[in-house]
Amino acid sequence: MKTITKLWIGIGVLIVLSPLGLLLPERFKAGDAWGEWGVDTFKELVGYIPQGLAKLSSLWSAPIPDYAFKGWAEKPLANLSFAYIISAMIGIVVCISIVFLLGKLLIKKSSREK
Amino acid sequence: MHIPDGYLGPATSGVMYVLMLPVWISASKMAKKTLKAKQVPLLAIGAAFSFVIMMFNVPIPGGTTGHAVGAVLVAILLGPWAACIAVTVALVVQALLFGDGGITAIGANCFNMAFIEVFAGYYIYKLISGKSATASGRRVIVAGIAGYIGINIASLSAAIMFGIQPLLHRAADGQSLYCPYGLGVAIPAMLGEHMLVFGWVEAIVTALVVKYLQKQDPTLLEAVEEVSR
Repeated sequence: MKTITKLWIGIGVLIVLSPLGLLLPERFKAGDAWGEWGVDTFKELVGYIPQGLAKLSSLWSAPIPDYAFKGWAEKPLANLSFAYIISAMIGIVVCISIVFLLGKLLIKKSSREK
Repeated sequence: MHIPDGYLGPATSGVMYVLMLPVWISASKMAKKTLKAKQVPLLAIGAAFSFVIMMFNVPIPGGTTGHAVGAVLVAILLGPWAACIAVTVALVVQALLFGDGGITAIGANCFNMAFIEVFAGYYIYKLISGKSATASGRRVIVAGIAGYIGINIASLSAAIMFGIQPLLHRAADGQSLYCPYGLGVAIPAMLGEHMLVFGWVEAIVTALVVKYLQKQDPTLLEAVEEVSR
């Protein structure tokens, strides 16, 4: 088997295992990453909500926020793990498509034939 | 390490976009010059790997979470300029589709993870490996060291961006407008957790994949050296 095929399989394995990145923090009661808290958390952290931060934080509404489907925030972990895997698949397909598109744009025809 | 929208004031996010612009331009110029069509799948794997490895949040029990970035590994395999493109693609997709990292902070996040970490890690790897054989045990250790230092420099850079906000932007009542934590809090928190935990995750991931490739297909580890020369 070609190495590149094996590496693709490796990516596939990582996609299937990705819910570990959701379940382990839950199991060990770890909170948000440092500097990635939601706006409301600031009330507890420093006693006020920074005004500029509050304004900018809602600037962008991502289609699949935090690798979970919209409205799924309160769903059981099994559902969230499923959403996590689907998110990984979507994200990777989009990454691959962008790279191949960039490849098409950047690589000149002459070198493409090599 | 994905800085969300609102943590950095417009000055910092703006400057970071301005700093990244020439880097992205150089990266595409380098790709135009050196990238071959047969290397595109590997570039895609690099972006996919960096994307998915960042989803593996590692907990500090009762504390925070963090993750590997994979940027140094991608740089070892593809060279720093191509790795910059791959990690940038992953970060942009994370920000736009999943809200992981802010859209105003794409410049800043790319500066930390797709530029600082990639280049620091790559040149540390080159420097310490010296003339050692591609399949040597030394390279495995060096890859781990490069991963460890690379992600820690990136976390320090992110901490400085967070930490200068209270100095730059305050409301009339003295409250911070953006990230409220100064350098004295941000640097020990960010750098501390990466030195203690997440840096080791990056080191192990980087070293293990290099070790696997040494056995599986050492030509992949040599390919970049030709390109970057």
